[in-house]
Amino acid sequence: MVNFIWVGLTIIGLVFAAVNGRMEEVNEAVFKSAGEAVTICIGLVSVLVFWLGLMRIAEEAGLLRQLARLVEPFAKRLFPEVPSGHPAMGYILSNMTANFFGLGNAATPLGIKAMEELKRLNGGKAEASRSMITFLAINTSSITLIPTTVLAIRFSYHSASPAEIIAPTIFATACSTMAAIAIDRFFYIRRRKKEGK
Amino acid sequence: MAWLSLMSMWLIPAMIAFILLYGTFKKVPTYESFVEGGKEGIHIAVSIIPYLIGMMVAIGIFRASGALDSLVEWVRPVLLWIGLPPEVFPLAIIRPISGNAALGMVSDLIAVHGPDSFIGRLASVMQGSTDTTFYVLTVYFGAVGIKKMGDALKVGLWADVAGFIAALVIVSWMF
Repeated sequence: MVNFIWVGLTIIGLVFAAVNGRMEEVNEAVFKSAGEAVTICIGLVSVLVFWLGLMRIAEEAGLLRQLARLVEPFAKRLFPEVPSGHPAMGYILSNMTANFFGLGNAATPLGIKAMEELKRLNGGKAEASRSMITFLAINTSSITLIPTTVLAIRFSYHSASPAEIIAPTIFATACSTMAAIAIDRFFYIRRRKKEGK
Repeated sequence: MAWLSLMSMWLIPAMIAFILLYGTFKKVPTYESFVEGGKEGIHIAVSIIPYLIGMMVAIGIFRASGALDSLVEWVRPVLLWIGLPPEVFPLAIIRPISGNAALGMVSDLIAVHGPDSFIGRLASVMQGSTDTTFYVLTVYFGAVGIKKMGDALKVGLWADVAGFIAALVIVSWMF
């Protein structure tokens, strides 16, 4: 699926550029985008190092395990394949907490750790497990309390009420998260039917 | 609003203080653990680079070639019928693919149409209603070496559609 989209975007773009005579812009875009990607990654180093370092302390102090135990009954229904008290659950929950407070940069390393643990649970296979798909579904639909960057832009363009979009944003993000959970379940049931279980 | 921004401001420092104090209390060698954990961060950030370059170059080509603009022209009648301003459509396409590109589009839409216009509000809500599906997928699966992603992409994109519809409905209804 990703292979298809990736090649599709590129080839369609190149064909359009040929027809529209925009090869110069495309050449520029190739190098500019590649540079932007590296800049993003380098920018991630600082945050990743700091948060992963801090989270190692939390992990060794047993904090993640305790957090997991606290919210387990709810999360267990979402991730039935993660055993009780497993560190994966702790990472999943702290990732959600970070996302909820708009700490996108803090959430990323936690999400990656959660994925690592889920992969270990799945026997180290290079294939996405059911729990991984559920985790991604919830993650990509983002449960954010305050959309800080958008607020900042609205402020800078002199909105009469920059904060008025907070309530509708919470509504929309709640809808997308609930939809994500429902769609994830739907696809899971469909997969099982296909496998004849 | 005041307490919300206060909370956002205090959350990170409070987390740092709590983890350090709790770690000390539990007799964790805090600084050594921090350094050990931090080393992992470098490795992860570097290993993401090829994933991001691949995706961002493809999107860059798609935008620069004018393919995106043509796509917008092509679907304009359908969009007007739904009630979605065609100007916002590229944002709906880019939002799941690139968070930074989408943020650029939101700033652009707000600059052109004004933050308190229908388009400005809709763009603001859409930006916050979902996360960057492709980015999350590439980074999370890429970092741990998942090659077969199953239904993850489909689920993520359908959830985005649900979020956009919710954004359109609530903004039309509220303002």
